[in-house]
Amino acid sequence: MLSSLPPFALFFIGAVAVGFTKGLPRKVLVLAIPLLGGLNLWFNVDPGVHLQFEFLGEYTLTPFRADKLSLLFGYLFHLAAFLGFLYALHLGDGDVDGAVAEEDQTGGDKAGLQHVSAMLYAGSALGAVFAGDFITLFVFWELLALTSVFLIWARNSERSYATGFRYLIIHVVSGVLLLSGALMLAQRTGSIEFGHVGLDDAGLAGWVLLIAFGIKAGFPLAHNWITESYPESTPTGAVFLSAFTTKVAVYALARSFAGEDVLIYIGTAMTFFPIFYAVLENDLRRVLGYSMINQIGFMVAGIGIGTALAVNGAVAHAFADVIFKGLLFMSIGAVMTMTGRTKGTDLGGLYKTMPFTATLCIVGAMAISAFPLFSSFVTKSMIMVAAIEEHHYIVWLFMLFASAGVLEHAGIKIPFFSFFAHDSGIRAKEPPKNMLVAMSIGAVLCVLIGVFPGQLYALLPMEMDFNPYDTTHVLVQLQLLCFGALGFITLMKSGVYPDEKRAVHIDAEILYRKLGPWLVRKVGGVVARIDTYVRASVLELVASVLHVAARAHGPVGPLARSWPTGSMVLWVAILLVAYLLFYL
Amino acid sequence: MSAHDERRPDGGEAGQGPREGAGHGHKQPIGWMDKPDFVKRLFWAFYVICGVLIVAEIVFGKATEHPHPYEGPFGFYAVYGFISFWFLVLLAKPMRKLLIRSEDYYERQGRDDAE
Repeated sequence: MLSSLPPFALFFIGAVAVGFTKGLPRKVLVLAIPLLGGLNLWFNVDPGVHLQFEFLGEYTLTPFRADKLSLLFGYLFHLAAFLGFLYALHLGDGDVDGAVAEEDQTGGDKAGLQHVSAMLYAGSALGAVFAGDFITLFVFWELLALTSVFLIWARNSERSYATGFRYLIIHVVSGVLLLSGALMLAQRTGSIEFGHVGLDDAGLAGWVLLIAFGIKAGFPLAHNWITESYPESTPTGAVFLSAFTTKVAVYALARSFAGEDVLIYIGTAMTFFPIFYAVLENDLRRVLGYSMINQIGFMVAGIGIGTALAVNGAVAHAFADVIFKGLLFMSIGAVMTMTGRTKGTDLGGLYKTMPFTATLCIVGAMAISAFPLFSSFVTKSMIMVAAIEEHHYIVWLFMLFASAGVLEHAGIKIPFFSFFAHDSGIRAKEPPKNMLVAMSIGAVLCVLIGVFPGQLYALLPMEMDFNPYDTTHVLVQLQLLCFGALGFITLMKSGVYPDEKRAVHIDAEILYRKLGPWLVRKVGGVVARIDTYVRASVLELVASVLHVAARAHGPVGPLARSWPTGSMVLWVAILLVAYLLFYL
Repeated sequence: MSAHDERRPDGGEAGQGPREGAGHGHKQPIGWMDKPDFVKRLFWAFYVICGVLIVAEIVFGKATEHPHPYEGPFGFYAVYGFISFWFLVLLAKPMRKLLIRSEDYYERQGRDDAE
């Protein structure tokens, strides 16, 4: 029976149960649901259509369709949900022992809200990847935003409320575009099946869908929702946020737009520009946001290249990314839980009192930097090799530069500024045990995937033959990374490396956070001035007409005067004379 | 990674001024990064690793299944990695001058409309 139950259903039903429980039962529930769902998916669900029905007479809705691509993301999302809930298990338990944070970071009365929100959010992500048609996809696409925004609002600050609303608006726009694209496509092809779309065949519908997916994937200019919302969410919320939304978008791109050349260039741009911001950024969770865009760039470029190796590389990298990026968000979240701080300027020296967290963070940093024996080494290299195979040499050079950039901001900067660098004097203890266990599982997985890539490769959607561990590949990767790190040391020693500064650096978000409101104010101002002028002029005109009329017809006006009979006779005589003259 | 510590030997004195509320009576530990000798040795170990990687290229050479036309020259990856870091930072610095604003830039309204 369970095998035909869509995976999202268990999470949605579970969310209701979670909403009505507290304490230990709630803890058991939030761990059991992703665990049971994951096991069910692994053992009971085979590729195929498991749930389908007619809709409006001519369309077929498919809420549960499984194939190798969706199953891979399905396993991943169950795993991410399990790790996320394990990491967030202490929420609602009150003060954390050894924390020096001024504000409570453990959710307080919002703990239940966060759990329910995360459960619905994970369910929505599963609903989206197992959707077999665009209408079902649209429903879960919107639900992804509606359910996850509470992980931002639960911060309970003015800034998080504003950020949450912007997050919602951006994602609702993406959803509306998705629905529009789907309807245009349905009109063109008569089908709403969520499959390969392609830009040449689908025309405008294809572009609209691509933009809809692109907004969620953090395409350039649409990327700031990531860097805005992650730093404003709760410490545990960021872990969920980093796992689902963008990966659903990557999945959708892989399904509908594999092999579209434009994605190669968009993806390469995404790997490239965020690393500059990441160097300058002070808030470490915002750095991780930029890092997220950079990693998605590799995936998008892989999908664009479109060969079996490249698409496999993209989805394998998405799999690895959820774990290592999750681990990095967890370690900074642990720092935030214990110290209340996430900024490079405020942190440093924490390795003395949080050595486990520091070690686990370094494992995540090595995994994202693609050190041999770590996960990213065996996944990102598939995309890089595919780029060479398809003769995208310049793209490859950019990606190689971006790989060095990853080492800089995620590999070195994140652990260095939080746990080493200058001693901030903060003496916080290690985070709660559940956090440490979740991080440890993440760290072990980073290494397991790196050491035994065959297990992950077997789950990938396409047939391929790839071995990441040849002598040259290991050697050149180590050269790139170690000499990059040498570059960092020389930059530090020479004092060239820029200090962390309490500041923001203008990014595309200025368009809707400054320029938009400014335009509205300015245009509004001009309109108001024109309006005032026109009203004043019309009033003046009316007033002058009234004045003239009053002068002529008023009590003393010449036309209102009563004239004596004598003058009347005179005027008649004059008129008669004129008449006479005229006819003579 | 601890170049910062080496340049600022104040790390060991951190106990003098912990933040308010920090510590809770903790003893102020001296970490291994506070010992200059250790840090120096760590750096040397790292330099040796870099040297070994260059020697390894001489010994094993480069032989990938799908060679990239630009990766041929000796030490290509080492040089590329090193230069990438410098390029990244040297470009980021002028970028900062252009783009930096105060922390509450987006919250302020009205008076900096002209910016």
